[in-house]
Amino acid sequence: MDPKLFKFNTLSLHGGQRPDAETGARAVPIYQTTSYVFKDSDHAAALFNLEQAGHIYSRISNPTVAVLEERISALEGGTGAVATASGQSALFSAIMTLMGQGNHIVSSASLYGGSVNLFQHTLPRFGIETTFVNPRKPEEFRKAIRPETRLVFGEIIGNPGLEILDVSAVAKIAHEAGLPLLIDATFNTPYLCRALELGADLVSHSVTKWMGGHGVALGGVVVEGGRFDWESDGKFPTLTEPYAGYHGINFFEEFGPQAFSMRMRSEAMRDFGPAMSPQNAFYLLQGLETLPLRMDRHISNTKILLEFLQSSDEVAWVTHPDLPDHPDHELASRILPKGAGSIVAFGVKSGSSGGGREAGAAFINSVQLASHLANVGDAKTLVIHPASTTHAQMDSETMKQAGLTEDMIRLSVGLEDVNDLIDDFKQALRKAAKATGATK
Amino acid sequence: MKLNVASVTSAKKIKIFAATGGKELSSELPLLVFLHGAGMDHTVWNLQTRYFAYHGYSVLAIDFPGHGRSDGTLLQCIEQMADWIPELIDAAVEISGKDGVSGSNSKKASLVGHSMGALVALECASRYPELLSSICLLGVSAKMPVHPVLLEAAANNDPLAYDLVTSWGHGTTGHFGRTPVPGMSLIGGGRALLSSAPQGTLGVGLAACNAYQNGLTAAGKVDCSTLCLMGSEDKMTPPKQGEKLAAEITNAKTHLIQDCGHMMMLEKSDQTLQALKAHLSST
Repeated sequence: MDPKLFKFNTLSLHGGQRPDAETGARAVPIYQTTSYVFKDSDHAAALFNLEQAGHIYSRISNPTVAVLEERISALEGGTGAVATASGQSALFSAIMTLMGQGNHIVSSASLYGGSVNLFQHTLPRFGIETTFVNPRKPEEFRKAIRPETRLVFGEIIGNPGLEILDVSAVAKIAHEAGLPLLIDATFNTPYLCRALELGADLVSHSVTKWMGGHGVALGGVVVEGGRFDWESDGKFPTLTEPYAGYHGINFFEEFGPQAFSMRMRSEAMRDFGPAMSPQNAFYLLQGLETLPLRMDRHISNTKILLEFLQSSDEVAWVTHPDLPDHPDHELASRILPKGAGSIVAFGVKSGSSGGGREAGAAFINSVQLASHLANVGDAKTLVIHPASTTHAQMDSETMKQAGLTEDMIRLSVGLEDVNDLIDDFKQALRKAAKATGATK
Repeated sequence: MKLNVASVTSAKKIKIFAATGGKELSSELPLLVFLHGAGMDHTVWNLQTRYFAYHGYSVLAIDFPGHGRSDGTLLQCIEQMADWIPELIDAAVEISGKDGVSGSNSKKASLVGHSMGALVALECASRYPELLSSICLLGVSAKMPVHPVLLEAAANNDPLAYDLVTSWGHGTTGHFGRTPVPGMSLIGGGRALLSSAPQGTLGVGLAACNAYQNGLTAAGKVDCSTLCLMGSEDKMTPPKQGEKLAAEITNAKTHLIQDCGHMMMLEKSDQTLQALKAHLSST
């Protein structure tokens, strides 16, 4: 029997929204307002005391942003979501919702460089330490867990090394230790993999990337799975003990499967203020409408470009989890059956003493259609040299841990006609080879 | 809070969890007891309980035995659950510090029940009229036949049951979204709540609803002030059925919430609150 719940494509277009009741507007209106008029003093007091639902101030919630939150929550199969100004503020807010001084995180070592910085350099100033482990060895997560650990964290498709995290195995380890698993699902989007269904408890995104897809608006989000028992062993007092900041409310008792989201909104959004603007939410909603269509094109273009790069004489190596020689190919086929994303890493052959780093730079300087910039998941094809940019703050050991090599080029495959991309890459590879003496 | 409540199935008292809306119980205030539906728990009432607790009521939103955070075994039928309510009220009276619940309706409580909880409130009002000043029945009909596929799936803890209940239980608002609480998902929230419940909880609750045949007879015996609150898009307890039941109750009013399914306290939380407020303030 079909339960007749809306499917993914439908939710991408309609989740969280119905035509505006007053005006009939079909598109999501941009509620460009800071604040909301109360019906009377009783209504105002009830909103402030979480007795009734509604909007108070756009730092905490906004109707346009709420559509985006509901839509992403529905796409991920979550119980609720809180959107933030960026993916990094989503991650920081999630961590601050769960823990404080003296606590500890176990994280995959293969992460976006900004997340590594947060864990390695910033959070220690707040008394929170992180142990990084090899994402290909789930048992390392178990070994790194301490009594003060409060979170296990990872990316399904590691950045930029493209290691695949066995989400189910790591979730099992986390749960056996009474810990939640937070997955940064930016690289896969819920179209390719729904981490909550694999056992994750929280999912975060930089929606700036594939979810928006256009590269015009920053945003982040945290989605709650709603099945984690925050109360079982007293590790999460922010959710299970009275909170003086809201008249002694106990979030888990009061809100059950939406406890985390309610606490994050009530505290992190209120006190830290990483609010997403309604204008950005509108842009991101326009992107989400075509997420399934775009992801299909991202994946098909990636497959063709992989074939091209593998057959190119000027390419030293190429890696992607969809390639049979990738160490995680079998796992990727299992948990990312539609395709393991549209990020490709490769190295350019060099004939000079400068090695791959010089060849990579020559390639990047020669592309004309692909754009050299610090982003991924745009509709347009992007290239970057992580060792000198996004991951430049890492020392050599951390780079090694993150699966990063000096010659690595990170390619974010876009939606252009793939033959135009191949032509662009052919001429850039020729120029790189010539510049470094790899060919005459 | 946890209450020690006498069991109707054994001699031992059991610990029952009840949310109080953020306030302690007071013997000076009328007691308002919220009863959830099959497979659910007290959290479905969070957009009503906190308001009433801060506006002149002693509130108890319970988890039925074997549900949520309550101990005890699952009660198997509506009549058994109804017989347990007086024990619950006794425990609440005891913990609030006096030998009776005072307020505008001295020593009487009001029950607000949803779906299975509404049948329990109805049956309780017919059996123990001396205990109750009013009942509010949300998503109710005299009989609640459950589709055999759903019954079987729920009995087997098959996730299909969670999807069927969340799909049939929500109206347009629930399916499309734009829920009262910014950013929250009704479908996802419902599915998580049902799937997190102890094994068998939904199955036993739905079987109890399916087996209950005494609705119209019970309605004929109810003499307290009654509100039947219905959702215009309710597929599980269609409004027509709620009206039929209300017609059998001497002192009943009906209220229809438009654009709303079976889960009205979540889908249309403010309208539900307003209807409850209006009813309770008139009794």
